[in-house]
Amino acid sequence: MAKRVGIEVSIALAEAVKLANVDVIPAYPITPQTHIVEHLSEVVANGELDAEFVLVESEHGAMSCCCGSSAAGARTFTSSSAQGLLLMSEILFIPGPMRFPIVMAVVNRALSAPISIWNDHQDIMSQRDIGWIQTFADTGQEAFDLMLHAFRVAEDRRVSLPMIVNIDGFTLSHVVEAVELLSQEEVDQYLPPFKPRYRLDPRKPITMGPVGIPEIYSEAKVAHNEALKASKKVILQGWKEFADLFGRQYNPIETYRSEDAEVLLVTMGSISETAMTAIDTMRDKGQKAGLVKIRLWRPFPGPEFRKAAGKAKILAVVDRCLAPGAICGPVGAELRSLFYKVPGAPKIFNFIAGLGGRDVTVGRFEEMVDKALVFAKKRPKELYEVIGVREK
Amino acid sequence: MIPEFEKFKRFKAKNLPKEELLAPGHRACQGCGEVLALRMAMKALGKNVIVCMATGCMEIITTPYPQTAWKVPWIHIAFENPASVASGIESAMKVLRRKGKISKKHVDILAVGGDGATSDIGLGWISGAFERGHDFTYICLDNEAYMNTGVQRSSCTPYGAMTTTSPPGKKSFGQVTWKKNVPGIAVAHNIPYVATASPAYFLDLMNKVKKAALVKGPAYIHIYSPCPTGWGSAPERSIEFAKLVVETRVFPLYEVIEGRYIMSRKITKPKPVQEYLKGQRRFRHLDEEHIAYIQQRVNADYEKLVRLSEMT
Amino acid sequence: MPNTDAIIGWKTITFGCHVMEPGSSVKFRTGDWRSQRPVIDNEKCIKCGICWIYCPDMACIQTEDGFFEIDLEYCKGCGICAHECPKDAITIVPEEG
Repeated sequence: MAKRVGIEVSIALAEAVKLANVDVIPAYPITPQTHIVEHLSEVVANGELDAEFVLVESEHGAMSCCCGSSAAGARTFTSSSAQGLLLMSEILFIPGPMRFPIVMAVVNRALSAPISIWNDHQDIMSQRDIGWIQTFADTGQEAFDLMLHAFRVAEDRRVSLPMIVNIDGFTLSHVVEAVELLSQEEVDQYLPPFKPRYRLDPRKPITMGPVGIPEIYSEAKVAHNEALKASKKVILQGWKEFADLFGRQYNPIETYRSEDAEVLLVTMGSISETAMTAIDTMRDKGQKAGLVKIRLWRPFPGPEFRKAAGKAKILAVVDRCLAPGAICGPVGAELRSLFYKVPGAPKIFNFIAGLGGRDVTVGRFEEMVDKALVFAKKRPKELYEVIGVREK
Repeated sequence: MIPEFEKFKRFKAKNLPKEELLAPGHRACQGCGEVLALRMAMKALGKNVIVCMATGCMEIITTPYPQTAWKVPWIHIAFENPASVASGIESAMKVLRRKGKISKKHVDILAVGGDGATSDIGLGWISGAFERGHDFTYICLDNEAYMNTGVQRSSCTPYGAMTTTSPPGKKSFGQVTWKKNVPGIAVAHNIPYVATASPAYFLDLMNKVKKAALVKGPAYIHIYSPCPTGWGSAPERSIEFAKLVVETRVFPLYEVIEGRYIMSRKITKPKPVQEYLKGQRRFRHLDEEHIAYIQQRVNADYEKLVRLSEMT
Repeated sequence: MPNTDAIIGWKTITFGCHVMEPGSSVKFRTGDWRSQRPVIDNEKCIKCGICWIYCPDMACIQTEDGFFEIDLEYCKGCGICAHECPKDAITIVPEEG
């Protein structure tokens, strides 16, 4: 039976990995991911989990090792953050087209320079196009549940793609929350054993990772992209079955008091919790504000987002990432594309907030909504604004 | 002594395996000594092996989609990381065997990289895999430059050699550094087996590969691999150079078994290095002074190696 | 470039772009690259197999009688076999045409 405990979110997430009975964990420590891999080291060391923990020499080595492990048919997990994720970057683009269902927890952190260990989304946004399925957790319970969902979806033979669960560094990873941990029996009911479609095996020799000559390179890339797009069906099925079994329903796009809202805040990750409080405050003041949370970032759930945005006239899109020299932030740009020339589309304003651990308070969310209302009347010069930044 | 070597049966000229694990139709250049060394290594290993290969000549010439020259399971992920990919495969097979998910039968794991992948970009990855003690063999096919990208120098390029990034000129005589001692770096990891080999001495090469596969834990073999295209040498002379490089003591053949150096072939009457250098366009510009310097360092390196073999 | 299986679409490309058929490079004739070819004189041949073991292209095939034959489908004409033959039993002749 599931039991509800007070637990640090990193540990809860690691417990989910343990319950998934993962086979190989190649990992390299980086703040704020460390508690996840420390806990996994511990459960391997004390025999609670029968796995190979590979003490790799770098994150690049970690992801390379993950590719080998997954190709050999093992359930494979790793975790990283920020600079570590970027050191992996070259290899991150490879398991998608090669269809290796590696599962990774990315504990989101700011990028150097200046060096910062604190939270934002610049790390994962810089790796947006790696071709992995990517979800975001807002709470400890979600981090635990989404990890199990990730193994289930990634390894589904119709999908067979790598998958990332994002959790915010420190503000989510290091807080203690009440989490309902599922029992081994419950997890086994939800997550079948990994049966790869192909594996490296001398009895049936195949060649993995051949040269993509120009005659087939486009086809290979499109095949991967189509597989990623098609994975949405399985992602939704995975969530539905999770809800049927355990009562918690997840959706690619989730809303909070969005019905009849004129202005919608759009958030990703743990700041959504504060954003909900801000919405309550604004509603109390009679403002028709609501919230849309993006849980599934890749493949991007366009139709679901359009539906969630409903008849709102203004979107105040929060990006936790500054894209230097760009028209706006990555989430802002995504939604502008989504609504481009759509009849009755909302006006979209983009706010860059919470960089490198800067708090995004209830007041800041109110400020964004107020500014969006002003901008809707008088178009600003720039399509984004960095919130809470001092000039002098 | 290594217990697995009790099972070791030496290849002899009469009992060479007939089976080819690499198919013809690969796109290597005429007279490629690298694919030849690889072919010999694969013969020694047999078909019960998984091969992880670095980006490079051998990778592109064997696997232009939708074709492959490989008859054994083979994987390529990137340039610097075959040792890490091999680590992942070895770890996966270990745990899957333990959990009864795959057959208990042992499978050899081979990682292969060129000299650039090994001595430069991948050195840290190899070091990590050796330090962790994975049961696998790493083979460096050393053709002494980045041939796949058009003959740029690596840290395995020999002193004085002309490459496209170490061109001789008014202010340069070619490669300014001495070849990096990668086998020595492997030895420093205290791995059980390290060896050098040349395809001219095919029995020696194949026996070393077999030993490397037998040994438990990491093994490293550094194989000299002639490249007519990159060296400006005649394709038919690849084996001749692979012999001369040994006979001139430029590339000595030895094994290091559990830290003990053993000379595979003592060269008591060495030929002058000049005999090896001539006939290769990459050395054509070298003057007597440079050649004298090369001779002196080759002598010193060889003597050091002999001393190591006498000491241990 | 492989001249076989050239038309592959994204729906028909193999899963993960894996190559499922081992040794399929045999479909590619590297013999077309050749400007010269080895000719073996069986009178001189001692069946030592040096030409076979030193062939980078697996194009030297031992026949049932123990002699060796050049597989011209794949032989690129590098000339190693002739250069290394201890009995000078192999000569290199230019390809005509």
